[in-house]
Amino acid sequence: MQAFRNLVLASLVALFSAPPALAQDVVVYSARIEQLIRPLFEAYTEETGIRVRFITDREGPLMERLRAEGENTRADILLTVDAGNLWQATEMQLLQPVESDTLQRNIPSHLRDPEGHWFGLSVRARTIVYNTDRVEASDLTTYEDLANAKWKGRLCLRTSKKVYNQSLVAMMIAEHGEARTEEIVRGWVKNLATPVYPDDTKMMEAIAAGRCDVGIANTYYFGRLKQRSPDLPLALFWPNQSGTGVHVNVSGAGVTRYAGNRDGAIRLLEWLSSPKAQNLFADANLEYPVNPAVEPDPLVASWGSFKQNRINVAKAGELQTAAVMLMDRAGYR
Amino acid sequence: MSAVTGWRVALFTIAVLATAPLAVIFASFLTPADDVWRHFASTILSGLIFNTVVLAVAVGAASAMIGVGLAWLVAVCEFPGRRLFSWALILPLAIPAYVFAFVVVGLFDFTGPLQTWLRGITGSNLTWLPEVRSRGGIIIVMTLALYPYVYLLARNAFRTQGKRMLEAGRILGLSSLGAFIHVALPMARPWIAAGMSLVLMETLADFGAVSVFNYDTLTIGIYKAWYGMFSLTAASQIASILVLVALVVLLLEQYTRSRMRFSGPGASGEAPRIVLAGWHRWVAVATCTAVLSAGFIIPVIQLAVWAAQVAGEDLDARYLSYLWRTLFLAGLAATAICAVSLLLGYATRKHSDLASRLALRFSTLGYAVPGAVLAVGIFICFAWMDARIPDWLRAMAGLSPGALLQGSVMAMLCAYVIRFLAVGFGPIEGALHRITHSVDEASVLLGQAGWRLLARVHLPMLRRGLAAGAILVFIDVMKEMPITLMTRPFGWDTLAVRIFELTSEGQWERAALPAVVLVIAGIVPLVQLTSASE
Repeated sequence: MQAFRNLVLASLVALFSAPPALAQDVVVYSARIEQLIRPLFEAYTEETGIRVRFITDREGPLMERLRAEGENTRADILLTVDAGNLWQATEMQLLQPVESDTLQRNIPSHLRDPEGHWFGLSVRARTIVYNTDRVEASDLTTYEDLANAKWKGRLCLRTSKKVYNQSLVAMMIAEHGEARTEEIVRGWVKNLATPVYPDDTKMMEAIAAGRCDVGIANTYYFGRLKQRSPDLPLALFWPNQSGTGVHVNVSGAGVTRYAGNRDGAIRLLEWLSSPKAQNLFADANLEYPVNPAVEPDPLVASWGSFKQNRINVAKAGELQTAAVMLMDRAGYR
Repeated sequence: MSAVTGWRVALFTIAVLATAPLAVIFASFLTPADDVWRHFASTILSGLIFNTVVLAVAVGAASAMIGVGLAWLVAVCEFPGRRLFSWALILPLAIPAYVFAFVVVGLFDFTGPLQTWLRGITGSNLTWLPEVRSRGGIIIVMTLALYPYVYLLARNAFRTQGKRMLEAGRILGLSSLGAFIHVALPMARPWIAAGMSLVLMETLADFGAVSVFNYDTLTIGIYKAWYGMFSLTAASQIASILVLVALVVLLLEQYTRSRMRFSGPGASGEAPRIVLAGWHRWVAVATCTAVLSAGFIIPVIQLAVWAAQVAGEDLDARYLSYLWRTLFLAGLAATAICAVSLLLGYATRKHSDLASRLALRFSTLGYAVPGAVLAVGIFICFAWMDARIPDWLRAMAGLSPGALLQGSVMAMLCAYVIRFLAVGFGPIEGALHRITHSVDEASVLLGQAGWRLLARVHLPMLRRGLAAGAILVFIDVMKEMPITLMTRPFGWDTLAVRIFELTSEGQWERAALPAVVLVIAGIVPLVQLTSASE
């Protein structure tokens, strides 16, 4: 009852005033969801005594919010779940460059902004998923090969509106150019067995149920699905291993241009790239640590190691608009 | 004259405040976004327009048929279970449309329990079964999610029509069906139109349900331009066009009935109910049951099953605060919007000139804008004021407050008013139609003028409309996501925010838990307010 009374009182106070912030607090605007960041920030507070406050929302609104607030913003860090939006935040001049030996040491150069506006903090690999009853791993080679007529009526894809697919296609443009990429995407669309899916999980369930045989998904969705239903006839395949490697993206962060607590923000980012925090950050969602010195979660490690695409993930942002237009032209909904 | 000016000032002040975020969105036309438009025009635009028109027309027509039909049954007829159906048929409103969409896909898609079971017993792959994620599917889902707007308003209209007009119709030789079509239906037109315009605006602004079905409407184009092509400018321009379409439809509807009056010949007793007999009554029961099952019972059972699977690990004390904040915000917003709606209603009662009517229509357009786009418009206005108000206060009163609007709950409340004014205003406007000017004149003769007229004569007559407005706003605010996300203070998470956190990483089944709590929390006030509007 006491707890409830406090809740009511706090609500009435909040009606007219914003809660006070301490100068040493670090404020984070996050597109990475609450349950993936709260444990991390609580561990940071426990270790350093510094409080981390955060607001979650989608990237688009968070960036507009930063822009509208301008110099008055309370945010010190913008945290997203893909590189494209970090690239865009840099374009909108919402982030400031940071020089930190720790960050440069801990994070491979293709997973951070060359000028230090943002840093990848975990790696998200987007790879091929297949039905083990209906497909031999030896039949699979590359993303590009899924456009081959032999997959006609056997391919499932998630919608092109999801940024993960936009990044994948953007990186293909970086590698092959627009004309060749459009041909590949048209091939994918021809091979579709069903309308595209709203999320990776639904798509993998369809593959497991035999509605189609093969698709493209982020590994942590696969991990989550396998944890829930270990018997599903699904496996991961690492494509393009004799070429540029598996498409990777990052969940990452940058210091905001008008950060009131710039030093505190940099210290938090450095801590997040440290081995201890890396496991907390990546393992919470079965992602890969960005710091090469850190081992992934045992379940993730059991999927084997792979060669990843070393083109800087900033390209995903730079070419995202072109990728969206290309997918529209190719009829990939 | 002074009171007259007062109403005017209030009306135009509210209109300016409510329209400011729209102006921000319309200002996007000052910046060209030719690349995006050229691209859309040469690829997907015609498809988006076609899909949007088909969806809006189909959902509008189907909601009207279901809403008006059911309203007629429970308001005018008598059959077993009528009292229960009367409030229960509003319940589908408590399920957010995007959640409903996901449940339907989860149940009936290829990997869902139904098709899996059918494949098991037939041993075939059944690929000839119709695809759930299709045009027909989304029309059914959105109709079931939105018909209660029409239902609730039409029910109020039929209950308050009184018996005189119907009696007159019957005396002139109309059958009961004829009296419905030629008398009751035309008399209920403002209410039905208000309900349908809510359905229309919600359909135009929906993003969640159509994305689950991968049904590409103009809203999808808006988010593609913004999130995919980083052009909020193009997104706002498309949103502005949607708003203009909504405005034109609303004004046309209003214009075509501008010469009509909808108050009956004096307050007469409520008409006696038509007692359905024989198979008629069972058709009525079956129809109500079918709609209620499809729109509420089946989806809630599925949600409950999913929620039970995760309740063990996820349900804890946090949910108490999610729940409290959800109810607190919804309650405050419902109260505020009813008050503002009353004000607007009276102001336009006093002044029905063109400028006032336009001001009124503009103030209620926020509902036709996709939530996230409106949220940005509102936020930009708040940030603008927050950057200036401290300076003004310093200059005028020597005060130096920090940010006033951002991060306080008051800001959320203002944002909700801008978003949902149309929802509260519709039913209240309808109720005001029932109060003829002769009622006012009689009251004034009896010495009841000013506030006493309002409190002793009008409020009792407005009870149903106020209750209906409050219900609809309450439920809508509970479900609201983008504005809540953008304007909430640190740590002010609600049930809808919790649903967002889970669904944004594709954990739809886990999101069933906050969704179920949301639905249950919505039922209690819904039942309360519905009985107040009986």
